[in-house]
Amino acid sequence: MVTLKIDGKKVTVRKLSTVLDAARKLDIPIPTLCHHPELSPFGGCRLCLIEIKGYPKPVASCTTFAKEGMEIITASPSLEKLRRTTLELILSDHPKDCMVCERAGDCKLQELAYFYGIRENRFEGERRIYTKKDNNPFVAREMEKCILCGQCVRICDEIQGVGAIDFAYRGLKTKICPPFEKDLDCEFCGQCVSVCPTGALTGKMWAHKGRQNFKEVETVCPYCGCGCNLTLHVWRNEVIRVSSKEDTINEGWLCAKGRFGYGFIHSPDRLAKPLIRTAPKEGVDLNKPQNSSRFTIHDSQFKEVSWDEALDYIAVKLKETKEKYGSDAVGGLSSARCTNEENYLFQKFIRAVIGTNNVDHCARY
Amino acid sequence: MTNSIPEIENHDVIFVIGSNTTETHPIIGLRMKKAVKRGADLIVADPRRIDLVRSSSLWLQQTPGTDVALLNSIMHVIVKEDFIDKKFIEERTEGFESFKDSLDEFTPEAGERITGVPKEKIVKAAFLYGDAVRPGIYYTMGITQHTHGTENVYAIANLALMTGNLGRESTGVNPLRGQNNVQGATDMGCIPDFYPGYQRVDVPGIKQKFEKAWGVKLSDKPGLKAPEMIRAAIEGKLRALYIMGENPILSDPDVRHTINALKNLDFLVVQDIFLTETAELADVILPSACYAEKNGTFTNTSRTVQRIRKAVEPPGDAKADSYSISELGKRFGYEMNYNLMEDIFQEAKKLWPALVGVTYKRISKAGLQWPCPTLDHPGTPYLFKGGFPRGRATFTSVRYRASEELPDNDYPFLLSTGRQLFQYHTGSMTRRVDAINMVSPGAYIEIHPDDADKLNVRDGDIVKVTSRRGSLDIEVMVSERPLKGLVFIPFHYREAAANLLTNTALDPVAKIPELKVCAVKIEQSNK
Ligand code: SF4
Ligand code: SF4
Ligand code: FES
Repeated sequence: MVTLKIDGKKVTVRKLSTVLDAARKLDIPIPTLCHHPELSPFGGCRLCLIEIKGYPKPVASCTTFAKEGMEIITASPSLEKLRRTTLELILSDHPKDCMVCERAGDCKLQELAYFYGIRENRFEGERRIYTKKDNNPFVAREMEKCILCGQCVRICDEIQGVGAIDFAYRGLKTKICPPFEKDLDCEFCGQCVSVCPTGALTGKMWAHKGRQNFKEVETVCPYCGCGCNLTLHVWRNEVIRVSSKEDTINEGWLCAKGRFGYGFIHSPDRLAKPLIRTAPKEGVDLNKPQNSSRFTIHDSQFKEVSWDEALDYIAVKLKETKEKYGSDAVGGLSSARCTNEENYLFQKFIRAVIGTNNVDHCARY
Repeated sequence: MTNSIPEIENHDVIFVIGSNTTETHPIIGLRMKKAVKRGADLIVADPRRIDLVRSSSLWLQQTPGTDVALLNSIMHVIVKEDFIDKKFIEERTEGFESFKDSLDEFTPEAGERITGVPKEKIVKAAFLYGDAVRPGIYYTMGITQHTHGTENVYAIANLALMTGNLGRESTGVNPLRGQNNVQGATDMGCIPDFYPGYQRVDVPGIKQKFEKAWGVKLSDKPGLKAPEMIRAAIEGKLRALYIMGENPILSDPDVRHTINALKNLDFLVVQDIFLTETAELADVILPSACYAEKNGTFTNTSRTVQRIRKAVEPPGDAKADSYSISELGKRFGYEMNYNLMEDIFQEAKKLWPALVGVTYKRISKAGLQWPCPTLDHPGTPYLFKGGFPRGRATFTSVRYRASEELPDNDYPFLLSTGRQLFQYHTGSMTRRVDAINMVSPGAYIEIHPDDADKLNVRDGDIVKVTSRRGSLDIEVMVSERPLKGLVFIPFHYREAAANLLTNTALDPVAKIPELKVCAVKIEQSNK
């Protein structure tokens, strides 16, 4: 453990903690753009500069280890001036796109520009030019908005273990892109999107679905057994985006299905009415495209009925079977994708109402 | 899982056998990669060069279906090199001596002969696992979907027991459950021999407890497991079936067999969110609410009970499954009325002490892992600390038995089925997401380059794949992933439904079908 003083306050942190970690522990705000607690330190954006007593120049707090007895100043007129200049430089080649940017209101760069009141820019100059190659359906890349913080590069490499993107070229030409500036072809986990501090990386399916006034609902992924926690962003009865928070069992990481596989919720194919069969059963033609309840066999083989009609009919038929052949001639297959409560009710229904233990689910497949 | 997900990163050795973790459990896969970054050794045993192999320090490419021989020969070396945990064996297990003798014949040489894994690698695996301080074993359907799946699981348990690698933090045996609430559905008693909380239906006393709670007489005859129901339907013994949110036509082995079975029923109810292949054969279809349209809980693979919450309204007249079930109960004169979703959860808890400490309020932010027996219990991250619930754990000697249907002259290739990263299960949800369809548009068969040469087929060609049960036309993907002689088809795609080909042979105990091994032939297609 080491003890140091930040802005006059004492704090004790573990060895190998950075000055930034120590400041965060004291809840002292230091602006950062390239730091991520789960990733290796980068020291690229120079916003987290601080002064250490006895050091000739300000240093980046995210790459400086806390040492016993250090005395640190996180805010001073000269530090603020430095940060301001750094920000102005970052903004000098940034498109002024906030009006239509997907991340407006949720953008770290915009927030800092706001705090530092940066409107005019002294350095307005040359811009990096990107050719857009974005046919992938998940990640929209507006790389003119990239501030080269490298979080996406690090997350893809260090957390996801894929390494689909990297820094290319040097100096003013530096860019982040897949090899040979091709389109992304990767696991599409969207981890990079989740850490991008600006509007450079966003979800393609988020576009024009709304940026404000959505409700956030905390829930769990409907797919695999990892049980990742999801935050559904809901606007007017529609799920328009999915994200995940850092303090969850999945640490905020998701896979492509969890992050981008939500479109089925509002699919026009969703069953919306109880249906009763009107024509004899045909086989199942697997070569036909997937059934949509609105367009295919629905009309030729089923008719829409009310809930009461459907439920009455089911009850009559199940009773009939039970009386004629006994309870064990009836079975129930429940679902590993339904809730605990529904599964409890389902087996209770089969056992207590039908009177058989013929109840199972698809754990075997 | 006996451990919890965050514990993964502190293993010093991870042994993954029969689990393509990064594709089927991607976030658990991330934790494994994190452990490797922190210095853990990863052993992967898989007939395919799955993505995890890249992060591994040792890859055992066994012939499918030879896991018992592989594990037994690893254990043979562990005994020989004295990596066993004598104290643990003495204090917490029984039957070690006779079990030990059963390993005699499984020398690394014998292991190599049966599994195709070089004996040096078998020895290395034994040294890595045997010497580990906090090892974890991970497996999924690659272990269980065999006619000897139960033996595979016993062999894994033996390995952990003999080395004392159970019941400690970041140390244990971790079957990964496939779907988001398999754990919960099983916990809640949607299995034919257990009431909620793993209480046997045929043990006296338990039935009475449930009869009292539910106010009715109950049957003490264990019911039929899912594959047995399908058979009973063919035989005419099962006449009516109520399916809630399942699509057996695509998920069960031998599609034609399943279709015949369902057609043979007098009455089939399917409750789902889409008109699935199975619903096409229904007499009545009930429209359900999906996960985003209802409240309740899911229990993930690490026994963590977590809240799900209603975010949007269901489409049209679709209603939560709980509605249809209670309404049907009512029509039988049996009231199943609950004011709140949590009331149902409360009722289940009363019957299963391990959940008593879990309330919606306590899990409003983060879930709790059962057993959680009291309201101030913090939940149980890892199982079997200090002992096993039934006293001593028993070693079960297992012998290697070949899979039921192996390649022969007529059907020379071995077919395995499974999942891939982007699509999910029978595809009823993911295949309705346009973006996912763009990256995973259709089915394919993975074929080793040497086999492709022999068959004279190239990437993108269409071939006809035939087994004793059916055939399908499918696009070729030439790939270094599978072992020579092995082909792989993901089962998500109806138009090339892998399960047209698979075998319905079951593990005699668990009744899990042998989806990982069957024999097929491959020909040029005239399509
Ligand atoms: S989506 Fe995932 S795999 Fe693809 S570039 Fe981003 S972090 Fe890497
Ligand atoms: S986000 Fe991916 S890994 Fe997480 S639960 Fe969903 S499907 Fe599984
Ligand atoms: S946060 Fe320290 S340099 Fe960017």
